[in-house]
Amino acid sequence: MFGILASVIDGILVGAVYGLAAMGLTLIWGVMNVINLAHGAIIVIGMFLLYVIVYSLGLHPYVAVPAMIVFGFVFGIVLYWIAVHRVIGQPELMSLLSTFAVNMVLIGLGTAWWSTSPYNVPVSMPSVSWQSYTFTGTHIAAAIMAVVIAGLLYLLLYHTRIGKAVRAVANNREAAELTGIPTTQVLAMAFGLGVALAGVSGTLIATLFPFTVLSGEAYQLKSFVVTVLGGLGNPAGALLGGVALGLIEGMATPFMPVNWIPVIEFGLFILCLIAFPRGIFSFTKA
Amino acid sequence: MWRRPFPWLIVIAALLFALVPYYTNDVGMRESLLLAAVYIILASNLNLMIGYAGYVNFGNIVFFGLGGYICLYLVTVGHVHVIVASLVAGVAVSAVALLFGAGILRLRGAFFALATIGVNQAVQQLVVNFEPWGGATGIYLSLDSYKPLGGAMQALWWMYLLIVLLTAASMLLSYAIKNSKFGLGLIAIGQNEDAAAVLGVPTARYKALIYSASAFLPAVAGGLYFFKSGIIEPTSAFDLQTSIEAIVMLMLGGSGTILGPAFGAFVYEELRGFLLTTEYLSHFQLVIAGALLLVIVQFAPGGLLGWLHRQWPRSRRWLE
Repeated sequence: MFGILASVIDGILVGAVYGLAAMGLTLIWGVMNVINLAHGAIIVIGMFLLYVIVYSLGLHPYVAVPAMIVFGFVFGIVLYWIAVHRVIGQPELMSLLSTFAVNMVLIGLGTAWWSTSPYNVPVSMPSVSWQSYTFTGTHIAAAIMAVVIAGLLYLLLYHTRIGKAVRAVANNREAAELTGIPTTQVLAMAFGLGVALAGVSGTLIATLFPFTVLSGEAYQLKSFVVTVLGGLGNPAGALLGGVALGLIEGMATPFMPVNWIPVIEFGLFILCLIAFPRGIFSFTKA
Repeated sequence: MWRRPFPWLIVIAALLFALVPYYTNDVGMRESLLLAAVYIILASNLNLMIGYAGYVNFGNIVFFGLGGYICLYLVTVGHVHVIVASLVAGVAVSAVALLFGAGILRLRGAFFALATIGVNQAVQQLVVNFEPWGGATGIYLSLDSYKPLGGAMQALWWMYLLIVLLTAASMLLSYAIKNSKFGLGLIAIGQNEDAAAVLGVPTARYKALIYSASAFLPAVAGGLYFFKSGIIEPTSAFDLQTSIEAIVMLMLGGSGTILGPAFGAFVYEELRGFLLTTEYLSHFQLVIAGALLLVIVQFAPGGLLGWLHRQWPRSRRWLE
């Protein structure tokens, strides 16, 4: 019984990090109706930033967390101007292809630079023991940081003028423009925020598990599952969706071979999409 | 349908495709053209969904892979002739697509696109765990399987000619659909689905039908292609990257046109061959493909053919 409980708790901890990744995806979708298919590649950037910080610069692994937030934000704004700005308001095909093209370029560069062999950054944190079960310290630290970053995002969106502008643009871009909000800059900033969230979640994931240049795809798909569970375009829902996915993974692990978990995830993903074709996400998007 | 010059153009092109390597007996050329032909089939059938109906299918490769698996399973276990087996695979995959399409085509736009990625990954993971199909190691053919075709050497030529035949069939299918009431309905769906429904286009039925139709030829081609390779395994059969490269080819040539996807696939395949064999560029194949796609999407969303049509409007009559 405790075996399951421990596995479930660990699932929830990791789920919080999935939730953070999904928040990045869902924020961009909610504000500009773009599904960012470069999401996975950006998660990978976060992972390798950790590697560079620890091995090339010799700093403490958690220095990578604020570094990635800053770097991701700037990188996201640059990406917005290169790949997204011209396709806003066009058919979805265009933004999907455009962000996917960015994904191909980033993954291609990463493969040329780091090849596709696995990397691992060991992070030492004291574990927490409870009865005969131990919870890894890194998992707890990552979950706490994910929740704190999510909280900061909430404060930014709901308690600052900038956040108000972002929400206004998400609601109705023309109306926002009429009231004098520089909507293009707000869109660029929101994209930067989304990229920063995705990147920092990658950094946190890299403190937990080994990674390769191609790991992004799996986490991108997890982010999709999470956003669909929590409601696309809804950052708070994304965190809950992440925890829900972590919970499902944690509960399934003791009962079935690891190979079957992706089958369950994708099955759940498709079922959720079909069962709520627009339903659960329709409150942010007509 | 045969009164216009266009279908004859396709027949002549296919004949050239088939006969030039055969009479020059150039195996290298055959292999390169075979890959191009497979890509043309994938891109051209994908065009039915993306170019006509306006639905982005990221997981088109799932049809190709499933077709390959069903065909190889029938050949190894049931000792069925490969042509029969690949046709059975095509029909089976189309039927599955029809059933599945009825479900996921209730989704629109980006949600549909996401679901198609999910379908491909779910099927891939299922096959990895499916023991009768060899699980993660896949299915191997023994040399005996090529005997009904007169040995392995002969079989390779047969597979090439059959795949070229499928390429021509893909183009003619695109042409026939575009010039039918069905095609008109699809294009209406692509432009504005709600308006199309109001005007009496049976949108749900049309979408399910085109999803299923776009599955048939890739599935047959998958059967022949993996029979030719002699091996099939889940990572190469359901490779999402190939699926998305097919979208790049389609966009490069011009989506919604008939020749565009074929042209794009041919150019892309030749370009890729060049990049992979050029030493200092071989690592950057993906980067260059991505940059190409980015430039097309941002600056020339109509692709090569769209650009030509704008420059010389009269070219529309010949290059559809």
